[in-house]
Amino acid sequence: MKRTIIPEIKKELIYKLAQCGCREDDRSLEDFRSISFETDVISTAEGSARLTLGKTDVLVGVKLQPGEPYPDKQDQGVLMTGCELKPMAHPGFESGAPSDESVEIARVVDRGIRESGMLDMQALCIEPGKKIWMVFLDIHVINYDGNLFDAATMASLLALHTTAVPASRFGLGEDFPLPVNLWPVTITFVKLRDILMADPTVNEELSADARFTVSVDDNGHFRAMQKGLKGSLTYDDVVRALDMAQKMSLELRTRIQTGE
Amino acid sequence: MSEDIVLLNSDGLRVDGRALDELRPIKIEAGVLGNADGSAYVEWGANKVLAAVYGPKEAQPKYLQDTAKAIVQVNYNMAAFSGDERVRPGPNRRATEISKITAEALENVILTNQFPRASIDVYIEVLEADAGTRCAGLTAASVAIADAGIPMIGMVAACAAGKIDGHIALDLGKKEDNFGQADMPLGYVPGTGEIVLLQMDGHMTMVEFRKAMDMAISACEQIHELQIGALRRRYAVNYADMDDGGTEQ
Repeated sequence: MKRTIIPEIKKELIYKLAQCGCREDDRSLEDFRSISFETDVISTAEGSARLTLGKTDVLVGVKLQPGEPYPDKQDQGVLMTGCELKPMAHPGFESGAPSDESVEIARVVDRGIRESGMLDMQALCIEPGKKIWMVFLDIHVINYDGNLFDAATMASLLALHTTAVPASRFGLGEDFPLPVNLWPVTITFVKLRDILMADPTVNEELSADARFTVSVDDNGHFRAMQKGLKGSLTYDDVVRALDMAQKMSLELRTRIQTGE
Repeated sequence: MSEDIVLLNSDGLRVDGRALDELRPIKIEAGVLGNADGSAYVEWGANKVLAAVYGPKEAQPKYLQDTAKAIVQVNYNMAAFSGDERVRPGPNRRATEISKITAEALENVILTNQFPRASIDVYIEVLEADAGTRCAGLTAASVAIADAGIPMIGMVAACAAGKIDGHIALDLGKKEDNFGQADMPLGYVPGTGEIVLLQMDGHMTMVEFRKAMDMAISACEQIHELQIGALRRRYAVNYADMDDGGTEQ
């Protein structure tokens, strides 16, 4: 993202509020913003979801096509995750080649999904060593108001869970649902000086010193982590964040599973 | 398939004969390049990594400049011949991510506010890779920055801990990384106790995470001593070589 300036007085306000356990939008430090979503929004995609997290709005589409397996994984499908941060979503985003931020988001979302094993890669093998299904997961950010990691992960989970493998289009038998289980949600925190808060808005992200994202699976186990931004965390911060994430993941998962 | 591969034998030793909490042999050398303002070379098991630092110098192009502090730019690159398969030259998504998080880790320790409008450029070249190159790269880069005389709060030492055959283990090698259950690279500043880089992929419970963290932190402390040793050797004054034969005043 282009250098985006946030007034010092705004930073101070966000910090002062956080010291009292408050946020600009009346949430507590551990609350997520409201989530709403719709699946199957793109008819040309094999699976899709559009999810809003507060004012953050992301659209995820899944496309599948037959391809060749990797030499070291002859009997497994392939997952490729991309993320585009387009200027329409925020004045700080620029057109052109994918930015470092978009690469990081795509890779963190990918890691959470891949490492959880939610996608049965072996079931995506068509003919060992010759033909497998390639799953392309593409994240489009429509409007950016912070916490793209979690919004993109949730939208991706929803899109994958509603994806049908288009076997008939390629003359490979009948269409079947994408072999997925599990809902490995991610929870992102930012640290402002000494305070941790979940699900940051863009103002909170711009005020933050450090960011920490953790992917938690259905058993409360950790599947991926990523520290970001130019500040540091302490051991205690990380343990506290993991502890909170374990608890918060239950609610978050239920919210996207039931749509409530 | 991966279930058939045994990473830990009945004596609790790993494929390369190490104990669970044992690092691979690490060798660090500072000041290895002629043109760079600072440099370092790290051999870490079968990893070979070079780091070079140029700067602080005027940041170009100008729009990159920060009027309040220096910017830190890192370029992590794997040489084409550094792995089993040829690595296609040029940036890829993995290198982009590693460059980004390495720069963010280093920004924590460099006193960037002393160099407004400047850029500190760090180049990390992986010559031979055998898992753990981002940690070796960050470790080397810290030494190179110190070698360049750039003021910092402390050096970042980095090391990963992971999980193999259900056990938490330090500093995974390539086979262990490929067939293990988790890998967690950590960048740590022993001087301040700060965590400046943390990633994880795989599968860990809270108990396992704490164990891995403790193991990685204590390894970072050991690596930090090696970093200091490299700088001491680089800047040790050899009195015998001096004109006056090293007689004290």
